[in-house]
Amino acid sequence: MSGLVRPWSWAFAAAGLTYAATVALTGVQGAPGLLVATLTFASFSVLVGLGQMAVITLGPGNVDLSIPAVMTLAGTLSLKLMDGAAGTEAWGLLAALGIGLGAGAANYALILLLRIPPIIATLSASFMFQSLAVWSNRGLRIKPPDTLATFSTGATLGMPNLAWIALLAAAVFWVLIERSAYGRRLSAIGQNARAARLAGVPVEGVRAATYLLSAVMAALAGFWLACFSGGAALNMGAEYLLMSIAVVVIGGSSIAGGNSNVPGIWGAAMFMFLIVSMLNSYGLGAGVRLILTGAVIIAIVAAASGRRAAA
Amino acid sequence: MDLSAAPAPIVALAGAGRSFGAVRALAGVDLSIAPGECLGLVGHNGAGKSTLVNLVTGALAPSEGSVRHAAGDPRASGVRWVAQELSLAPNLTVAENLILTQRDLRGLGWRNPARARIRAALDRVFPDHGLDADATVADLTLAQRQMAEIAMAFAEGGPDPRLVILDEPTSSLDASRAGQLLEHVRRFRDGGGAIVFISHILGEVFAVATRIVVMRDGRIVDDRPAGGFTRSGLVEAMGHVVRGGDRTERRNDKGPEVVATAEGLRAHAGEVVGLAGLAGHGQAEALARLFLARTSAWRGRGPVPVAFVAGDRARDGVLPLWSIARNLSLAGLSLLTRAGLVDRGAEGALARDWRGRIGIRTDDVDRPILSLSGGNQQKVLFARALATEAPIVLMDDPMRGVDVGTKAEVYDMIRAEAARGRTFLWYSTEAEEMTLCDRAYVFRNGRIAAELAGAEITEERLLAASFEMGEVPG
Amino acid sequence: MRRLDARLLLPVLSLALLLAAVFWVQPRAMSYTGLNLLFNLAVPIALATIAQMLVIMVDDIDLSIGTFVSFCACVTATVLHDSPLLGVLVLGAAVAVYAALGALIEARKLPAIVVTLGMSFVWAGLAVLMLPAPGGATPDWLRTLMTVKPPLLPMAILACVLLAVVSHLLVTRSALGTRLRAVGGNARSVARAGWSVVRLKAVAYGLAGVFGVLSGMALVGLATSADANIALRYTLLSIAGVILGGGEFTGGRVSPVGAVIGALTLTLAASFLSFLRLSPDWQIGAQGAILVLVLAARLLVRRRAVA
Repeated sequence: MSGLVRPWSWAFAAAGLTYAATVALTGVQGAPGLLVATLTFASFSVLVGLGQMAVITLGPGNVDLSIPAVMTLAGTLSLKLMDGAAGTEAWGLLAALGIGLGAGAANYALILLLRIPPIIATLSASFMFQSLAVWSNRGLRIKPPDTLATFSTGATLGMPNLAWIALLAAAVFWVLIERSAYGRRLSAIGQNARAARLAGVPVEGVRAATYLLSAVMAALAGFWLACFSGGAALNMGAEYLLMSIAVVVIGGSSIAGGNSNVPGIWGAAMFMFLIVSMLNSYGLGAGVRLILTGAVIIAIVAAASGRRAAA
Repeated sequence: MDLSAAPAPIVALAGAGRSFGAVRALAGVDLSIAPGECLGLVGHNGAGKSTLVNLVTGALAPSEGSVRHAAGDPRASGVRWVAQELSLAPNLTVAENLILTQRDLRGLGWRNPARARIRAALDRVFPDHGLDADATVADLTLAQRQMAEIAMAFAEGGPDPRLVILDEPTSSLDASRAGQLLEHVRRFRDGGGAIVFISHILGEVFAVATRIVVMRDGRIVDDRPAGGFTRSGLVEAMGHVVRGGDRTERRNDKGPEVVATAEGLRAHAGEVVGLAGLAGHGQAEALARLFLARTSAWRGRGPVPVAFVAGDRARDGVLPLWSIARNLSLAGLSLLTRAGLVDRGAEGALARDWRGRIGIRTDDVDRPILSLSGGNQQKVLFARALATEAPIVLMDDPMRGVDVGTKAEVYDMIRAEAARGRTFLWYSTEAEEMTLCDRAYVFRNGRIAAELAGAEITEERLLAASFEMGEVPG
Repeated sequence: MRRLDARLLLPVLSLALLLAAVFWVQPRAMSYTGLNLLFNLAVPIALATIAQMLVIMVDDIDLSIGTFVSFCACVTATVLHDSPLLGVLVLGAAVAVYAALGALIEARKLPAIVVTLGMSFVWAGLAVLMLPAPGGATPDWLRTLMTVKPPLLPMAILACVLLAVVSHLLVTRSALGTRLRAVGGNARSVARAGWSVVRLKAVAYGLAGVFGVLSGMALVGLATSADANIALRYTLLSIAGVILGGGEFTGGRVSPVGAVIGALTLTLAASFLSFLRLSPDWQIGAQGAILVLVLAARLLVRRRAVA
């Protein structure tokens, strides 16, 4: 953790460069708008990325593949519950969080009871979450209550409200990861689960809490995404599977576990949005965008592992 | 040795040595193994036996001196190796495992020759083995896996075996199978093959060896025909110079019993109990079982009932990404936590306190743990356990790679903590450390083979109980 | 062989049970045409499942197989259709990329899950470049091959049987396949016996690439045209198929025959659920539930075996 250059500064530097490159092309008048869009869309990636980061920190084999399905499920069900009526906002949010808790519990129960790798447990569970969402939604697009729609597209003190929420979540995670006993134990398990257990770390308790946390964050992101886009869509979570992993990796957390990096999530989330808008503004099509996104992720993973091997 | 009279050796080491970083695991070894010889290789843990074997098999290159094989490389010279840890692929059948070691098995028609070879070898080594060549290794018992692995080493083909190294080959076999193996070893030897035989059962070594090589501290200290040794002479040659009589203030007043396991491990409050015996005879597992049974995998609050000091630091102890202070505070984290948050001031104070008490050589406890030498990392692990205030402390061979001065400091600390009423269960393969205990259990083959108390704990008694002195089985 | 049978018992039983249920609900399915309809899409899924199995066999997982099959489908419907030689070259290069990824993952000890997830974007991007909008055309020979009506058994079933036999010979019987399984079982011993694990992993991934290419071609042969998202579901289906077929995620314990049966089961499950007039909403969920049920059943069976 020492040294002048912190690992997350790279993500911010990359985001800054892409921002500058985009503004250079589109002109200065577009700059504030681009910043607002970046902060808004990065917020969703930050919310899911924080949860995924905690899971990945648990060590090799730990990934939550159910994030898109949980997002969809929470967004769909909470909007259905509120049914666009005023005064139901708190209930809707609570419902979303409850769905997150339930999904996380289901994920962890599968891991524990069937003794299967988390990747398969969360994958199988996500099939069922997805179906539940499809069934409850029936292709209807229910609008969020006006208050929520306004709030999620609005801004306070010049910063989008969603960005405030994501910033708050990041702050909470920073305290959790850097200052709490939970964070310590999480990192210990990720570095060496056996050593952690022999040092008295309650390994199962921490793992359970982590999968709950990830699902709750996904539910929260799903709730706000549904409110922001004026209704839940069945594929609304799809792009957040890779996104959640990508922001963790690019943000400087170790894919091998044990080392998480909260500020880096923000930098990486902005970078991921900006690179797409940059390629867009340079007139590159969807194909090239996809290819470059994948290539960036692989390059970063390969480079990160090279650093580790050299150390 | 006069080589001109003997047949050309299968492998010859001249001044061979091997260092790992600063550690010299093997030095100045001159050894040649000729056809028709069975070399009994004996010595303590860490005496250099496995490094020597690694040089002979070519798994390691010597860092000094030379290793020459008859046909150039070990594989072509027919060097086969049955390692102590299982090296079969558990998802394959017995016959299929041959594909890894026998390179002449190729294409689609390889299965029948593989089956024929392994069946023939099994029939030769273990008559009436009852083992199916098409059985998946994962379905076999431990004894059957060991039989399969031994048979693989003796199987004909790709090229035929000429030198077979058997490292503790009977550890999972019952007496009659072990007898069959020894008989086959004699047959193989008399038929012109060579064997390197490593076993903690001296009776077995005497039963098959034509020549016995004794190792200590990375060197060969004795190399004579087997007839030139007596059993007690052999034990003596392996051992260190016995240091006696520096144990102090041994407690006689027993506190209440705080540990009593099904396998017979008992300890009283304030007692230092040793778990002795050769490495890998179940001591570490017994400690781990005890620890896991007494701690929860779900809850992490409240006082710590038992603490663990790891000896295999990389595998069981050190968290490499962290600072010294964080490594030190982990086990007692619940004592430093207020409202879920770690009190970092208290943590730093605790770390600095222990840095002074146990002498961790660093100017800053926030430095990475890996900046410390091995011995100082070990002190951090000691401090981690002692700082928990746990009434019971389990120690899994914690003095590996620790220098003499540190050892003396830690011994004193253990005695002082025991005097305050803490109980220590201490596994060590070094007899010298066991003599510091109030009581010691000697483990052999996963079971307690002997219990020694007070002045009975001597290096001779421990060695005698660690090695089976009995007659050859079968 | 006894072991093989025990491992295959559960998959065969699940398939038989499901088939019986289908016939009971819809007796008309018990005919040549009915079976052909039921299993129509089984061939590409089975090929993708074998590809996935080859990667799982060496203790990795491939999250890019769905987009890779889509990409191959797009290549088949465009380049291979227009200029066969160039098409073969492109598909060969794709296989080479797969092999190189396997070597890279092993040589640098990269997490396969992240690398293949990244690759899934690369293949998707390439597919979009090839075919921005659904379209293209199936080469005639491919169309003929996939829709031929052999006597006695429909093409889909015949092809699956052939695939099971070939992959069984390759993975279970051949010396190479056995060595590859050993990598999943005990990579350390493989390395200690003097083999290059990097090279073996490259071979495993390369073979997976070959089956992925075949899957994409088979899909186009059935669908007559392609689009960039044609096989996205295959990633999940192929993993589920391997597991349903008695494979395990670690330790190189896989069964090619089981994997084909697993793929058939999944195909059939989709048809069955639509026969039940169960809304398509539940289809994915039902697949997830089947996966969980099979894993639970396997746990029970294994507990009993241990006891």
